[in-house]
Amino acid sequence: MAQYEAVIGLEVHVELKTNTKIFCHSSTEFGADPNHHVCPVCLGLPGVLPVVNKKVVEYAIKAGLALNCQIASFSKFDRKNYYYPDLPKNYQISQYDLPIAEHGHLEINVNGTDKRIGITRVHMEEDAGKLVHQGTISTTPYSLVDYNRTGVPLIEIVSEPDMTSADEAVAYLEKLKAIIQYTGVSDCKMQEGSLRCDANISVRPVGQTELGTKAELKNMNSFKALHKAISYEIERQMEVLEDGEKVVQETRTWDEARGVTLSMRSKEEAHDYRYFPDPDLAPLVIAREWVDEIKASLPELPDERRKRLVSAYGLPEYDAAVLTTTRELADYYEQCVELFNNPKLVSNWIMGDLARMMNASGQEIGDVRISPAQLAKMLQLLDKGTISGKIAKTVFEEMFNTGKDPGQVVEEKGLVQISDAGLIDKVVEEVIAANPKSVEDYRAGKEKAIGFLVGQVMKSTKGKANPGMVNKLLKEKLDK
Amino acid sequence: MQLHYLTAHQLHDMLVSKKISAEEITRSVFDRIEQVEEKIRAYVTLTKEQAVSCARLVDKARMEGEALPPLAGIPVAVKDNMCTKGVRTTCASKILYNYIPPYNATVMEHLNEARAVMVGKTNMDEFAMGSSCENSALFTTCNPWDTNRVPGGSSGGSAAAVAAGEAILALGSDTGGSIRQPASFCGVVGMKPTYGAVSRYGLVAYASSLDQIGPFARDVTDCALLLNVICGHDPLDSTSAPYDVPDYTSFLTGDIKGVKIGVPREYMGEGIDPAVREVIKKAIDIFTGLGAVLEETTLPHTEYALPAYYLIAPAEASSNLARYDGVRYGYRAEDAGDLVDMFVKTRSEGFGPEVKRRIMLGTYALSAGYYDAYYNKALKVRTLIKADFDRAFEQFDLLLGPTAPVTAFKRGEKVNDPLQMYMVDICTLAVNLAGIPAISIPAGMVDNLPVGLQLMGRPFGEGDILRAAYAFEQNTDHHRKLPE
Repeated sequence: MAQYEAVIGLEVHVELKTNTKIFCHSSTEFGADPNHHVCPVCLGLPGVLPVVNKKVVEYAIKAGLALNCQIASFSKFDRKNYYYPDLPKNYQISQYDLPIAEHGHLEINVNGTDKRIGITRVHMEEDAGKLVHQGTISTTPYSLVDYNRTGVPLIEIVSEPDMTSADEAVAYLEKLKAIIQYTGVSDCKMQEGSLRCDANISVRPVGQTELGTKAELKNMNSFKALHKAISYEIERQMEVLEDGEKVVQETRTWDEARGVTLSMRSKEEAHDYRYFPDPDLAPLVIAREWVDEIKASLPELPDERRKRLVSAYGLPEYDAAVLTTTRELADYYEQCVELFNNPKLVSNWIMGDLARMMNASGQEIGDVRISPAQLAKMLQLLDKGTISGKIAKTVFEEMFNTGKDPGQVVEEKGLVQISDAGLIDKVVEEVIAANPKSVEDYRAGKEKAIGFLVGQVMKSTKGKANPGMVNKLLKEKLDK
Repeated sequence: MQLHYLTAHQLHDMLVSKKISAEEITRSVFDRIEQVEEKIRAYVTLTKEQAVSCARLVDKARMEGEALPPLAGIPVAVKDNMCTKGVRTTCASKILYNYIPPYNATVMEHLNEARAVMVGKTNMDEFAMGSSCENSALFTTCNPWDTNRVPGGSSGGSAAAVAAGEAILALGSDTGGSIRQPASFCGVVGMKPTYGAVSRYGLVAYASSLDQIGPFARDVTDCALLLNVICGHDPLDSTSAPYDVPDYTSFLTGDIKGVKIGVPREYMGEGIDPAVREVIKKAIDIFTGLGAVLEETTLPHTEYALPAYYLIAPAEASSNLARYDGVRYGYRAEDAGDLVDMFVKTRSEGFGPEVKRRIMLGTYALSAGYYDAYYNKALKVRTLIKADFDRAFEQFDLLLGPTAPVTAFKRGEKVNDPLQMYMVDICTLAVNLAGIPAISIPAGMVDNLPVGLQLMGRPFGEGDILRAAYAFEQNTDHHRKLPE
């Protein structure tokens, strides 16, 4: 079998977090009743005209700057013409030959290797509405249209075909998501469709310089799906080539349930969008001063922050990378460290127990009920020996589920660590008296037997006895 | 009293001096409509009840001692491509025959503020595509001077309504001459303002970069008064210009001594009916007599205006009219098998032949592979045409010529020959491509049919145009002639 390599480029749509739509004053709120946030302009009624939302242009510039792009000084909107019932005007206002930003890049790290991925362009456009079918699109007796989303501002970020594996594509999308989230121009919620990704994939024999025929992959709505779909598609194309056949240029969709990509439409059916400058919108002349102002307002981005966490807190690279995947998580971490100055311990708790419980419950850091201050308080209790490490885990879980203060949890559940030597001494005596066999074993040289006796003490104190003291007292008594 | 043939400023004076009431004015116009509408057929929709109650409110305000703005109580007809909240707006198309907009066009808001009275919505060529009103999907409007002839187009209904006394003023829209040419055919004043001077918000688009709303009136003073009301920046229209609107009546001094007027030879040569040319020559003599300095000049790219227009306008139209698909409003074909079938049938049945012709032209011009050869080249020609005007206006304050190469033609005469029909707008198209303002005023008669004189000016030079038009009007009586 010949050696093949994949060439992958991603097109990512990001919904901008403005209060109003791109060309009118309708609200962009997610989840409203169908056709609740519409007006004559976003419905494209006869006679209406678009007026661009300045915030959209500002956000697009901000995203472009965060992705190291050059910002255009002259830009314009074009019409992309095609018929679809969820597109009220039957053209989409987008940008064609003069996008707002071009020639950017971002850095990814896959298996310890750094790689730079080029960003071809960032352009602005309006979103379309949503069709609601009863059942599937091919069998539905009728379809309903919800225009709430029409005119919601999007930016499309097109990468260079610089990726060669599913791992790289996922790393790129993760980094892209982090950067955009840091800028605050979008919340990038994939499950709400505010971050959507298409992939262009082709495969060629190693050593060949020209690109193979590509397929465009749509409908991947999670990192997992993106990884699986790209891996599947690379494999599929390699097999086609291996069989001596040709890859067809087409648009394919990812069928999550079956775990395969399926053909949607071929190049022969491809649209002629008949792009031309939208005569209803004056070209955009972007002042340098405005771009500089936006640049000055950019927050610290993930890469800078990662480096700072390493240098300021002495964290391992790995921890810093995980903690900076979202701005919220990094903020959470730093707020916590400010109140409890043990950076590595804080990192361990966030990357360990917190991450595990978030994963299990499907929460994001923004949903977590434990505040950074509460986590810091809990770590202080642990540090002072008020609670043991084991109890800390119980306390933490209760905090996660109820949002209660650690002190309150400890008090309500009576979880304060017993460090009273007299009290522990009494329990130790009882355990020794009740377990003569183990005492004998230990004294006969079976060191392990002490573990059982410690366990018995802990059990009878419901885990609250200070384990160090238990060990010490037991040993003293048994070694007598 | 016969009020329907008076001008707005005459009526305003009578209203203020309490000789008449607004309700009397409105009723006089509706009486006239009852009398002649059957022959003229200017209106698609009449809004009498609304008009009368609107007039009564004006009378009530007057009773209470409020000062009335100049157009308060004045009956105005509105072309049926401007959105009127709660009143159907058809664009004279089957595809919108039942469409009732939920909002008002900005010009309608301005008319309401000015307390003008809307008489109704006037007939037009479907989606403003045409030069004779014969492309209306509803019915054909007749020229009040000779009902066997067309009123011109596409704002033929508005022009005919004013000429026939069925309205005192009217609004039209002008994409390639659609106000000026019917004004010329119907013997009234019609003006296309500078692109961006009047908001297009709520004007159902034909070709966005060319469309402009403008006034019809019986004299230049009324034209200035209506212009005062409709002009101004609109935050709802990105292409509307931020500028200070002057009082256009302040230009009506009668003095045009030393004004330099160029007469482009391209507007006076071949293709212009010799009788029309004679009328314009006489007008030139009058201007000279008033102290203006007239001189022949040239706009060398004029011959390319027609082909450029018929690429740019259809290209924009093909996109602007894509929204009429039967999904949300308007006509929807029955018995469609699937979605694409519904789109195709709806549009095939809903649009008339001229609209389809232009959609196809435009779709072709924008297609991949043809874009550069057609659309892009047309844009370059447009730039050259604009440069012609820029050069001319370095030397002249105004340019002068006929509005149309002919007088009103007979109904059915050109309807089967689209190219011949397109030629009727040959004198007006370049103005839209350049975005400059121009007026058509009555300049004389040929065989008892009106001839229009066109005056073109610099961008936002409406005042200069009105000054010259007014001086001409003061020294002639063409505008006082009425059809029988």
